[in-house]
Amino acid sequence: MNPRLKSILAKTAVAAVVYVGVLLLVQVGIIDAYLQATMVTICVNIILAVSLNLVTGFTGQFSLGHAGFMAIGAYSTALITMSMPTVLGFILGLLVGAILAALVGFLIGLPTLRLRGDYLAIATLGMAEIIRVLLLNFEFSNGAAGLSGIPQFVNWNWLFVLTAGTIVLISNFLNSRHGRDCIAVREDEIAAESIGVRSTQAKTLAFSVGAFFGAIAGGVYASYFYFIKPDLFGFMQSINILVIVVLGGLGSISGSIIAAILLAVVSTLLQPFPEIRMILYSLVLVVLMVFRPQGIMGSRELSLSLFSKLLPGRRQTRTKVTAEDAA
Amino acid sequence: MEQFLQQVVNGLSIGSIYALIALGYTMVYGIIQLINFAHGDVYMVGAYVGYASMSFLGLDFFTSLLVAMAACTVLGVIIERVAYKPLRNSTRIAVLITAIGVSLLLEYTMMYFVGPEHRAYPALPGFMSHTFHFGEVVITMLQIMIVTISIVLMIVLQFIVRRTRLGKAMRAVSQDRDAAQLMGISVDNTISFTFALGSALAGAAGVLVGVYYNSVNPLMGILPGLKAFVAAVLGGIGLIPGALLGGYVIGATETFVASIGFSMLRDAVVFALLIIVLIFKPSGLLGKNVREKV
Amino acid sequence: MKRRFAAIAAAALSLSLLAGCGSSGSGTSGSSADTVKVGLNYELSGPVATYGDASVKGIQMAVEEINAAGGVNGKQIEIVKYDNKSEPAEATTLATKLMTNDKVVSVIGPATSGSFKATIPVANQNKVPVVSGSATADDLLVQNGVLQEFAFRTCFSDSYQGTAMANFATQSLSAKTAVILKDTSSDYAKGLADNFAKQFTANGGTIVAEEGYVAGETEFNPIVTRIKGQSFDVMYVPGYYNEVGLIIKQARDQGIDQPILGGDGFDSPGLLEKAGAAALNQVYFTNHYSSLDQDPTVQDFIKAFKDKYGEEPNAFHALGYDTAYFVADAIKRASEPTGEAIQQAMASTTDFSGVTGTFSIDPETHEPVKSAVVIGLKDGVQVSAERSSR
Repeated sequence: MNPRLKSILAKTAVAAVVYVGVLLLVQVGIIDAYLQATMVTICVNIILAVSLNLVTGFTGQFSLGHAGFMAIGAYSTALITMSMPTVLGFILGLLVGAILAALVGFLIGLPTLRLRGDYLAIATLGMAEIIRVLLLNFEFSNGAAGLSGIPQFVNWNWLFVLTAGTIVLISNFLNSRHGRDCIAVREDEIAAESIGVRSTQAKTLAFSVGAFFGAIAGGVYASYFYFIKPDLFGFMQSINILVIVVLGGLGSISGSIIAAILLAVVSTLLQPFPEIRMILYSLVLVVLMVFRPQGIMGSRELSLSLFSKLLPGRRQTRTKVTAEDAA
Repeated sequence: MEQFLQQVVNGLSIGSIYALIALGYTMVYGIIQLINFAHGDVYMVGAYVGYASMSFLGLDFFTSLLVAMAACTVLGVIIERVAYKPLRNSTRIAVLITAIGVSLLLEYTMMYFVGPEHRAYPALPGFMSHTFHFGEVVITMLQIMIVTISIVLMIVLQFIVRRTRLGKAMRAVSQDRDAAQLMGISVDNTISFTFALGSALAGAAGVLVGVYYNSVNPLMGILPGLKAFVAAVLGGIGLIPGALLGGYVIGATETFVASIGFSMLRDAVVFALLIIVLIFKPSGLLGKNVREKV
Repeated sequence: MKRRFAAIAAAALSLSLLAGCGSSGSGTSGSSADTVKVGLNYELSGPVATYGDASVKGIQMAVEEINAAGGVNGKQIEIVKYDNKSEPAEATTLATKLMTNDKVVSVIGPATSGSFKATIPVANQNKVPVVSGSATADDLLVQNGVLQEFAFRTCFSDSYQGTAMANFATQSLSAKTAVILKDTSSDYAKGLADNFAKQFTANGGTIVAEEGYVAGETEFNPIVTRIKGQSFDVMYVPGYYNEVGLIIKQARDQGIDQPILGGDGFDSPGLLEKAGAAALNQVYFTNHYSSLDQDPTVQDFIKAFKDKYGEEPNAFHALGYDTAYFVADAIKRASEPTGEAIQQAMASTTDFSGVTGTFSIDPETHEPVKSAVVIGLKDGVQVSAERSSR
């Protein structure tokens, strides 16, 4: 069968195994409430990292404001589910948050995406800070006290569907014409323009899509942890997401997934050492950038060809074209 | 009217602090195109060194100021050599993230050693706490000192940049690194010198803030650092007069917003101002538009 | 070469992490025969770390005393302590961990209302009581008219403090007009401000202006200048000492001489450090206890604390201490060392005597019925302590 179909089937198989596997572990009780919380954190981080990777890794637009979109999603989901505590409300909340975030991304993106790397970083940072300060001051978001008692809808099913869905959708986006436009913009914007790629459109589209999924992550967070407040979505959160992306490799979806899991594990393991946790974290960051700035996966993806190289016996025989055949 | 004058005094004081920090940002950006996120934390270290000098070594204010400046100079150069130099030919993102990493490292290492609490500077000797009254307007000696010291330091900086060989080297490397190297300028040393200067100013700002607000804590550098960067961009990044102008504009804006009762939206307004400037005049108030050539 | 190095480094790192994994909390079974486990879920890093730190110090001193005196029902109290990094989500996760993994019979903390509120659903779900010594927000124990069965606190609420101070202002200071400058980034301050305003106006006074600031701010001069332009009798500044200290200093520097009032957030040596003794005149605040209190229980506590830690205890230390004793007392009276039995014992606590006062728990609301002290400062020193009642 053709390799693309094989690849899709293999990925589906992996996904199914993960889904069933975790479900079983939850039922049996090996994954208790505490581990579940860690899993939710991992999945939220995966969604955040993959969506940021789209903007920063694949389109080359350095965004330090991703937490702002997460905030929009979190607050929308929270407010809507609090007045409509049903599954329908939850879905509505997620969608409203995501669309709102995409809109904000589009509006902010259009003027600011003209800026070069560093300036864009600061502008996006400023955007996230503005969102945070506004949330701190509005009545409906309850200001600094935040929103509590958010109905909990997220369970493993939702978590899996949303996380896997994000990965699939963003991967497909990247494999499409739009995705290739984004990569072209990243490589050399001026050259891309000269061959007909509408760079502003590509960048804004990537930014909005990234915002969309960033908000979904925020909604998942809100609907599991019962409580959100504006300070959760500040500069540090944006940095955290960026670290995951860079650690995994800018331009590698599987890298982001691996890094998200890895960092969550490390964070949990370092729980008993609160003071040095952050020191180690920042040290790792500096060391990583000095010695291996491309991260774990660079811009490669974890793919089946890697596996087939590990499996013994199956080797593709090369057909030799000899002079006799040509004759 | 007197309220207004008082607010002007407030704005000048805070503007001077932002200007001092912004100078460091703008010089470093001018020479290696790096937003040195760790700059705000160098300022924080300066504040703590000043605190230590005054509390534990019993030194007076001016000596502590010099000690802090010296310490920060060393710190700045070390950071440059260890973290930024190896990445001089890497992507912008890599360097930026390194800067963020260094920033976090400074913050949390400091927190590990001195604890997260806010500490207060020891009380200053008599003449420092003097206040001047002009009708209803109150100006403290400290405010006068802050503005004066800032302006003096900025004049010294201008002198160094315009009148000394090192300053000339700095300007040359900013314009064209390779050509400068071909002319025999040691690029590495010049860059280190730039960091040294900027960090010294940040250290001075740290001590001034510590004395003025009487409060230091390990995370105190984050927001002022960001706002100072906004100031540098606002005035025209890479231009020293720009940093000065930007600092005072930001100081005035913040004070104005607070004075009309929207104090809590202060930070948002500063960032909104940044975005507006970036959209309409990205080279800043004093900058010239340079089109990117292929 | 570089790749080899990276691989070895990665392997070494994972090995060390695995080693660390082995020693850190693996799911231990519940209390053994001679110990009873109590969890501490506190802010030990992050912006409000000082409150968590202080509370834990008080708790640890109390537990040492209790264990030295033979423990509770013959069992030693074993503390399992976690740092929630001042983050509500982390607090929730850790509460879950404490209750399901470590199987504690009760959790003390977090210190702040926001984080504490986040852990209440976990407590209700797992039927393990959570007690805070300092979460003072009004809508914690009873939310939308529903009593949170497994949530308790040993401190008075914001509504009580704000009301008490408003009465003090009207009665003892004869104030008719007031300006409020509140910390808008905290539930605590907003609650205090709202209740103060309500009571003050009910007493016939007028709130002339209401300004706000965000925690972490150091530059208050513009706001102070703005306030100076108003005419008022007292200034109410509910907030935490880091900012309040600076506000008082900057206000006095600019010539504001009127009395400045506040809540228990003022209680810290940090206030004196930040404001300077000269500025701390005509400053009054509501608090849980006062070191001026000549009550032997209080004096003994202060002495023991100074001996152990070398510093003067503040309200958080005292509240942590009392809360630990409160929990121990409940465990003692409980029919068995399980969360549900202890919860029932807590709800029926009467006349608990502690450093921060004597109180009983109201079974309908789980609120401790206790009084507040209004402390007056002159030249930075506490000179008066007036007990107020509801």
